[in-house]
Amino acid sequence: MNKVSDDISKDLKDQPKFTTDIGEKDQDHHSFDLGEQTTLKKIQHFLHGNPTIVPVIILILSVIAFGFIAGGKFFSAFNLSLIVQQVTIVGILAAAQTLIILTAGIDLSVAAMMVLASVFMGKLSVEMGVPTLPAIAVGFISGIATGAFNGLLVTRLRLPPFIVTLGTWNIFFALVIFFTGSQSIRSSDIEVNAPLLHFWGERINLGGFVFTYGAFLMIGIFVFLWFLLNKTAWGRHVYAIGDDKEAAELSGIRTDRMLVSIYAVAGLVVAIGAWVSIGRVGSVSPTSFYEGNLDSITAVVIGGTSLFGGRGTIIGSLFGALIVGVFSSGLSIAGLDVLWQRFALGCLIIVAVGIDQWIRKVSA
Amino acid sequence: MDKKGLSVMQPVLVAKKLSKKYGKVVALDSADLELYPGEVLGVIGDNGAGKSTLIKVLCGAVIPDSGEILLDGNKVTFTSPIEARKLGIETVYQNLALSPALSITDNMFLGREIRQKGFMGSFLKFLDKKAMADEARKRLSDLGLLTIQNINQLVETLSGGQRQGVAVARATSFGTKVVIMDEPTAALGVKESRRVLELIGEVRSRGIPIILISHNMPHVFEVADRIHIHRLGTRLCVIDPKKHEMSDAVAYMTGAKQPPQD
Repeated sequence: MNKVSDDISKDLKDQPKFTTDIGEKDQDHHSFDLGEQTTLKKIQHFLHGNPTIVPVIILILSVIAFGFIAGGKFFSAFNLSLIVQQVTIVGILAAAQTLIILTAGIDLSVAAMMVLASVFMGKLSVEMGVPTLPAIAVGFISGIATGAFNGLLVTRLRLPPFIVTLGTWNIFFALVIFFTGSQSIRSSDIEVNAPLLHFWGERINLGGFVFTYGAFLMIGIFVFLWFLLNKTAWGRHVYAIGDDKEAAELSGIRTDRMLVSIYAVAGLVVAIGAWVSIGRVGSVSPTSFYEGNLDSITAVVIGGTSLFGGRGTIIGSLFGALIVGVFSSGLSIAGLDVLWQRFALGCLIIVAVGIDQWIRKVSA
Repeated sequence: MDKKGLSVMQPVLVAKKLSKKYGKVVALDSADLELYPGEVLGVIGDNGAGKSTLIKVLCGAVIPDSGEILLDGNKVTFTSPIEARKLGIETVYQNLALSPALSITDNMFLGREIRQKGFMGSFLKFLDKKAMADEARKRLSDLGLLTIQNINQLVETLSGGQRQGVAVARATSFGTKVVIMDEPTAALGVKESRRVLELIGEVRSRGIPIILISHNMPHVFEVADRIHIHRLGTRLCVIDPKKHEMSDAVAYMTGAKQPPQD
């Protein structure tokens, strides 16, 4: 763990150094500029090299701001642990979503994929008498298969990911209704027949802070994906495809095959989220997490990953999910109506994308 | 390089009677090309003469209707640039095919990364970032690109000439037999073009032959050992830049003057 955080902080510090040529040219160019603008440029360059800084700053500022607005109640161990519990599912979906958005894609079907996987797990183990572990395995397979299906449609039919996943969102949702007949699988039935499905909802108390196992699993998923993206060729290829697909192809990357594997890995992460979601919610409800698709995109975007692909960090999405959690919790403790929570979130999305655009101009 | 020397040397790359039609348009009409060891072969031709089709066939991006390609005397076929590259034919594309948001090292090893030794590499598939960075630094300094200080800086922070340098370093790093460079100076300023021309000389001095496609006559005449003039889908002639004027080359290219008969 220590090594990871060291590496991450090194990444953050590792801002690009400019060659002497460019440095000289830049100085000439700026000699007529006002000092103020140069500072702004410097900030822009710094943020460009360290995209994760923005969500970290927003997270710290929002925690401080809500500390003032909502008072001590916000900082209570109970509330802070509640925030983490609440962002667990969206956090895991955002982890999967990050992989897709890094390839310059988008996945509108993640939440439907997750509910479908949880339906398989619940249906098989609770109502059909299948042992729990094989039922969970079927759920995982469902996640991988639905993810790969999206990937195949994107690569074989050359359709935009937005359209493909808009379609499959509806298809997966319809399948969920078909398999469940719109009936929920009750929490009490799960507890009796397949208590293992509730595993990630178990809580442990660490000095007043209550965490579910699922929260640790979420952190584990982020750390694992961080390694995958930064330490393996597979991860470098994810960035290369999102950055410039044609260049990646000419560099010898089999981009179509890579894309299918990225969608499949995202599907597996989503299926893990399905298991965690059963523990979190208790029951399996066909209509739950209807907003999960857009919430996960929100977390990724606020986390500093560019919708144009190739830029961003997986850890940023974790911060993005936490920011959303802090905002909803803080605003509700402050006594604001839900409509203002949405209002604030909307503003946050626009600001986040605006900052991203501004930072991207550096390279232009 | 004199004529006598060429006739005893075996060419590295030979194209024989390559033809390619797009519908009724004949892009290549039984075109030939020879590339000898250690030379820079300039390829020039008017717009629409078929030189870009010729190059695309040689780098694997276009499959010819007929004709054959010999590499080191052996007949080769490839259906994609990746297959051509595996055989040792590397192409530096006009748009360079680099990923701007990745580092110099990442770009140089994109698609052929070095993994760590032992369990970490074979099972966890971890990359050996240090070995890649060291190798990338070595390649760049071999080519005289020492101005690049930080090997992990992002490619988008580099100037056009430096990017070209990274692309060339990548193309010459992996057991390369032939380098094809497509309009390497087209997007560059005077100073940067000069460095790229020096770079071409550097690659040649390391024994790797280069096919240089360019519209810029002074550049071609400066670095090429022989110049292949393409006209109407086929090779019109090959001239020695030391014995011919630039204006002659333009005249042959456009058909205003008959080519020499040797």
